[in-house]
Amino acid sequence: MEKQKAHIDYKNPVISIRGVAKAFEDFAVLRGIDLDLFQGENLVVLGRSGTGKSVLIKLISGLLRPDTGTIKVLGQEVTQIGDRELQALRIRIGFSFQNSALYDSMTVRKNLEFPLVRNRKGITRAEIDKAVEEVLDSVGLSKAINQMPAELSGGQRKRIGIARTLILNPEIMLYDEPTAGLDPITCIEINELINQVQQQYNTSSIIITHDLTCAKETGDRIAMLLDGQFQRIGTFNEVFNTDDKRVKPFFDYNFIQ
Amino acid sequence: MDPINSTSTSNKKKRSRFGQQLSDFFTSVYNIHLFILRFFREAFMPPFEFKEIVRQCWEVGVRSFTLITVTGFIVGLIFTKQSRPSLLEFGATSWLPSLVSIAIMRALAPLVTALIASGKVGSSIGAELGSMRVTEQIDAMEVSGTNPFKFLVCTRVLATTITIPILATYTGFIALLGGYLNVAQNEGTSYSTFMQQVFQPLQFLDFTASLIKSIVFGFTIGIVGCYQGYYSNKGTEGVGKAANGAVVTAMFLVFIEEIIIVQISSNFR
Repeated sequence: MEKQKAHIDYKNPVISIRGVAKAFEDFAVLRGIDLDLFQGENLVVLGRSGTGKSVLIKLISGLLRPDTGTIKVLGQEVTQIGDRELQALRIRIGFSFQNSALYDSMTVRKNLEFPLVRNRKGITRAEIDKAVEEVLDSVGLSKAINQMPAELSGGQRKRIGIARTLILNPEIMLYDEPTAGLDPITCIEINELINQVQQQYNTSSIIITHDLTCAKETGDRIAMLLDGQFQRIGTFNEVFNTDDKRVKPFFDYNFIQ
Repeated sequence: MDPINSTSTSNKKKRSRFGQQLSDFFTSVYNIHLFILRFFREAFMPPFEFKEIVRQCWEVGVRSFTLITVTGFIVGLIFTKQSRPSLLEFGATSWLPSLVSIAIMRALAPLVTALIASGKVGSSIGAELGSMRVTEQIDAMEVSGTNPFKFLVCTRVLATTITIPILATYTGFIALLGGYLNVAQNEGTSYSTFMQQVFQPLQFLDFTASLIKSIVFGFTIGIVGCYQGYYSNKGTEGVGKAANGAVVTAMFLVFIEEIIIVQISSNFR
């Protein structure tokens, strides 16, 4: 399915990252990166394994702290706000984990209810049921409502993981390797779902991947992370229309082999 | 290779490995200390997770109930059976109920309960939280606006702290039942006489010390299991280590605490 044109407000960045560096012991993962995510945009962060792509979104959601630099999310400086403000900010950010991170001990229904019940005080049973049904419908898995996560396929788990974040109506979505470990057909379905979420929920998203098909299908802009810094940022063609020996093999491997 | 230099290098390596282990030990002690402080900071601040605490209490109770019943009964029965010959030599078998009650109520009931709970509940908490850490479920909880420390750690620690004393009391009565069966079989003592003799030597201090001991044991089992699981390393190996570490550390600490509390309570006698 062709990606519909998104309404991107290039004057309004929802995430602004400036000079962010992060090291683990002696290994510098990010070396002073700058990045903007604009309202309504799908930004794909591409890079090899271990280049700090997942670290980047963990920094944005406050799961990790940067060594230096600033991260502004929806107008708030993540590194300087207190626990309560951070908790409130996180409700406005959806985080889809690489392995879905569904709660093993809960059914799909309980998984979806969990963030809702805990963050919307005074919500009624009818409202919860309605929200769960709506969000399951939007990811096309209404029949899985009473199943346990262990009974779902990899693709279904990803969808439920995305549904669990959508139930709080987030303004920003962070996808960590959404197509990793999935068959090509399911990858296409997940790519379509990411685009559908952008249109239906009017979200701005950062999609972490090393899958160029996913990048091409979902990204309005691509940011190529190499050696701890963004080497190229632009549209898919702008990024890969290059002779840069560090970028070109990435493209060749994905589309030629 | 020069043998002197080789020995010196080997000694240096051993020293540095020992130094590293020592440093790791103190780092762990410091981290556990912070973990406990965080528990007290968060457990008694709203919002309270009453529903989850009750669920965890039920889990802890149900998980250990059968094993505690069987073990408690056997401990009481065996202890009475083994004590009989010694008392018989002095013709003092009538003291058996008093001896059994003091041993069970002061020491055996809390200790046996704590050891069983360390194995059954502590390992289960360590493995459960370790697995949640490895599969990023704890991170998922955190990014969805829930405080995972409060929801997972505080509830489990409070549940073990509340439930272990109840289970220890239950173990005590089951062990006394085991003791009674042995006494009744050999002496033909009635149940009411046995119970009268059981409670005669017990003082208020015995119950208080036993209760305090069980509370401390329960807290230890919960906090150690949660600490091991919550900070387990990535990977399935980390889950196994967390479960194992929870049992070994909790059991070790339970014995240390037993000695300390016995010493303190004996000062009040």
